[in-house]
Amino acid sequence: MSYWEFLAEYLPKLASGALMTIGVMICATLLAAAISILFGLMRLSRNWAFQGPATVYIEFFRGTSLLVQLYWIYYVLPLMGLTLTPFVSGVLALGLNFGAYGAEIVRGGIQSVPRGQWEAARALNLSVSQQMRSIIIPQTFPIVLPPVANLTVELLKATALVALISAVDLMFVAKQINATTWLSAQTFGTALLIYYVMARIALIPFLRWLEVLAARKVGKA
Amino acid sequence: MDTIHPQKIAQGGPLVRFADVTKSYGDLTVLDRLNLDIEQNEMVSIIGPSGSGKTTVLRVLMTLETINDGVIYVDGEPLTHMPKGTGLEFASEKYLRDRRSKIGMVFQQFNLFPHMTALQNCVEAPMKVLGLSRDQAEDRALDLLKLVGMEEKKDHHPSRLSGGQQQRVAIARALAMRPKVMLLDEVTSALDPEVIGEVLNVIRSLNSEHSLTMIMVTHQMGFAREISDRVCFFYEGKIAEQGTPDQLFDDPQNERTKQFLHAVLDAN
Ligand SMILES: Nc1ncnc2c1ncn2[C@@H]1O[C@H](COP(=O)(O)OP(=O)(O)OP(=O)(O)O)[C@@H](O)[C@H]1O
Ligand SMILES: [Mg+2]
Repeated sequence: MSYWEFLAEYLPKLASGALMTIGVMICATLLAAAISILFGLMRLSRNWAFQGPATVYIEFFRGTSLLVQLYWIYYVLPLMGLTLTPFVSGVLALGLNFGAYGAEIVRGGIQSVPRGQWEAARALNLSVSQQMRSIIIPQTFPIVLPPVANLTVELLKATALVALISAVDLMFVAKQINATTWLSAQTFGTALLIYYVMARIALIPFLRWLEVLAARKVGKA
Repeated sequence: MDTIHPQKIAQGGPLVRFADVTKSYGDLTVLDRLNLDIEQNEMVSIIGPSGSGKTTVLRVLMTLETINDGVIYVDGEPLTHMPKGTGLEFASEKYLRDRRSKIGMVFQQFNLFPHMTALQNCVEAPMKVLGLSRDQAEDRALDLLKLVGMEEKKDHHPSRLSGGQQQRVAIARALAMRPKVMLLDEVTSALDPEVIGEVLNVIRSLNSEHSLTMIMVTHQMGFAREISDRVCFFYEGKIAEQGTPDQLFDDPQNERTKQFLHAVLDAN
């Protein structure tokens, strides 16, 4: 079987797996983003009722293994009466885990905005939420985007773990094909190529574009 | 706080009154039972050695810091406190939000919002806080940018403006809120010598043509002398001496004032 025949036969299956990978990635990224912002802000609160839980959350999810978290959600939660599909479990584990890292990026970004910006906003009598929304948050974009871009690429690569709880993603499909054809080099070689294309040719240019956009917004480009 | 009783300030009384104001950081007393009245349309300069509490006076009036004791009044109403029964209690954020717009501040480091153009810097708060429409806010902002000579750069971000230009935009931004009193904290200290003049000219015109009430902390004795109605010399959180510029600069009475003026004028 030539590589072209292999592609003709299996590329459609791999592509449908890739679609699942993309779905997991997008949903997990959105969840991680929401968690990052919420917990990043809670970490900065002077109120212990907010800061405490956020600190515990971030410590826990950064301090334990993503794979174990994934297994917990998929295998242990059902024992407590909560059964989730592989897709939902995967999105949840990735979103919760990467959200913890993202929260630290958000916290650092907000803390890097000089104190004078807060004071100028307050002197203009903007309310605290107006200060946050129109003055502080926009200034964090150019600071947080580069580390966020790294994290997003890491998240894309980490989606391969959901194959272990039998979500039918790119990795899962590749293992299936390998099990029936034993064409390991072709199968995993093609999978690697698809991951690379998704990261390098789609995701990274998109994130770079966002960075340029953010830099232009602050008049730096 | 129920030991404090509101002082009625008669109509036509001072625009700003510091009544026995104390501010401390831990053991360090930065303002020590300070009493200071600022009249409508008055231009008051504050001079004094480093650490004497000059910046702190402006910051507590801008409500960027809370005070530990005493009361600050603005426009006949308590600012740092709000009425409760027959006495006063510390003002809530909501109470401050209703009053803080009467005070405007210009900072040593300009603190323009870097993600906004000069014009956007000047329309943001009037729209969000005063509820002006975009057209109204832009009209007002353009008038003020013209006043400070920056209308041609209205679409530039701060990163493309010189320090002097940024500071002039910062003055326009503060004026856009139509404050009753403007606070200027060493607004030329971070500037290159060749652009200081353009900022001083703006302040001059605010004083002479617009008779705005201003409190200015400065190390520029010549300018303070030229423009002020009154000069206050601060020492260790108190006003050690105050008077007209001629009195204070030509005939200082207090030993500390004499020493300070000697040191400063010798250095120049
Ligand atoms: N946030 C703070 N925490 C602790 N101490 C402070 C704080 N802000 C100011 N101080 C102290 O209060 C004192 C008065 O400070 P302030 O900034 O009012 O002085 P200043 O007269 O403006 O001096 P300069 O001419 O150097 O600007 C200083 O000793 C300063 O170190
Ligand atoms: Mg100072």
